[in-house]
Amino acid sequence: MSRTAKVFGLVFVSLIVVAAFFPGVLAPNNPLAVDPAEAFQTPSLDHPFGTDESGRDVYTRVIHGTADSLTIGISATALGMGIAILLAVVAAFGPRWIDATVLRLLEVLYAIPALLLALLIIAFTGPGTTPAIIAVGLSTAPGYARLIRTQLWTLVNSEMFDAATVLGHSQWQKVRNHLIPNTLSTLLALITLGIGQAVIWASALSFLGLGTPPPAPEWGAMLAHGRTYLHFAWWMTVFPGVAIVIIAAGATLLGRSVTRSSA
Amino acid sequence: MQLLGWLGRRVGAAAILLWLVATAIFIAIRLIPGDPAEAIMGGPGSQASAEALEAAREQYHLNDPMLVQYGLYLVQLVTGDLGTSYTQHRPVVDVMAEALPATLRLTLVSLLVAWGIAFIMASIAARSNRIGQATGTVIEVVAAAVPHFWLGAMLIIIFSTWLGWLPAVDTGTTIGMILPAITLAIPLSGFLAQIMRDSLVTAMNSPFALAARARGASKGQVFLRHGFRHAALPALNLTGWAVATSMSGAVVVEEVFARPGLGRSLLGAVLSRDMPMVTGIALFSALIYMVVMLLVEAIEALINPAASRGEHQ
Repeated sequence: MSRTAKVFGLVFVSLIVVAAFFPGVLAPNNPLAVDPAEAFQTPSLDHPFGTDESGRDVYTRVIHGTADSLTIGISATALGMGIAILLAVVAAFGPRWIDATVLRLLEVLYAIPALLLALLIIAFTGPGTTPAIIAVGLSTAPGYARLIRTQLWTLVNSEMFDAATVLGHSQWQKVRNHLIPNTLSTLLALITLGIGQAVIWASALSFLGLGTPPPAPEWGAMLAHGRTYLHFAWWMTVFPGVAIVIIAAGATLLGRSVTRSSA
Repeated sequence: MQLLGWLGRRVGAAAILLWLVATAIFIAIRLIPGDPAEAIMGGPGSQASAEALEAAREQYHLNDPMLVQYGLYLVQLVTGDLGTSYTQHRPVVDVMAEALPATLRLTLVSLLVAWGIAFIMASIAARSNRIGQATGTVIEVVAAAVPHFWLGAMLIIIFSTWLGWLPAVDTGTTIGMILPAITLAIPLSGFLAQIMRDSLVTAMNSPFALAARARGASKGQVFLRHGFRHAALPALNLTGWAVATSMSGAVVVEEVFARPGLGRSLLGAVLSRDMPMVTGIALFSALIYMVVMLLVEAIEALINPAASRGEHQ
């Protein structure tokens, strides 16, 4: 990776961390502060991203929404990855029939489109932020599990692993010396990519009215909200979406650089 | 004969998978809290009388033991009957048959558009210098990171509100489908292009590409005959996934453009707990996924005979 790309990546990550943990530094105003006299202001120096129908500052809301949107994305990925790793490990190390059962199960889940799976889960739990996290986490798990299981399976059946067995290494030694170092970069890449995708999926659910409800400054909810005024207040829709694209694209580029630098 | 045996095994496996999906959905739907009879009578707000609820339960076999319901459900499925919609009080098959063509057209057109864009992006990026490659990567990644609903909204703002060229609402006309199809295609093309370019670069730098050049083939010929074949395979492999994703995307895109179709029917069905409808659409998407996977395997066998010989044995 070139120097400029590294610097750029570092600045990008730090800005996001600041926006997520200390939104007040970048946007000192209250994201929920209503000011009817200032409704539907076009972007200006006072309101760089304009204002919404209640006069709330869209820039402040986008910055303060980082924490909400990222928390949802990270929690959903953690849930999905956790389940996926558990299934993959059980499948790769367990007896044959467990492997076969898990594979079948994954195939079944994989055959149902992810959003459909998420919708089914929401039909079960009702809408909200936590349901959205559960829905996105569970519906992305089958895809991850398949990838991780394939990788584990290749490793467990590799010559390196056989050699370790012949040398009399314990299971734990084999896992520590071969499995973890050889899967870590894939996992890290998958996790960063996954967070980006989870942010998109979760905001899609909010957009459909099934995720985080307004007036919380979650990006998907803001988009759903802005849609009503799309034909004259474009800024209400444009900027939260740009934030989603930046996070998702940034996560992908980060994930790719993790894969490249460890390859 | 070999081919028939292969096909038979594949179709058998797909049938078993479909049965498992059907069973999983049956169980999942029985787990959802709430009285289905209430959903049939128009939701909790309808204040249906006890007799009416009982009559609904009787009509939809909700009083029978679970195993009887399951058996009935499977028999119905095999005969192609998906039950009656709770909210529309019409056979689910009829409702789906009405909504399906629009969604199928949208998905197919976007798949083709996505393939086209991905091919163009991948071939330009693979043949350009380092800066071109880096720009290509960023374009692909950003394209893949754009959420459907936002992209749709942006296209509406630009082409409909500002320029006034295309309609914001899709009433089923050809011109109305342009924006929805592009909305569905762009994120997909970003994913496909990333995969295609990686294998395109590998193929163009491989010994067989050099050998073909040494034999006097032009750069373009090598690109099409060797490079593209190699690049198409992994991307083709993703088509099953791409179709499944497009079906998910269709839910959102149809909602954004107020376009009638399967995706919107599904959203409505989930919101109103119209379980026969949800089951029907879920099963149908699974069926489409499996048919596409079968087709992909067949096409792969055509492009790469070596792999298929391995398959048939």
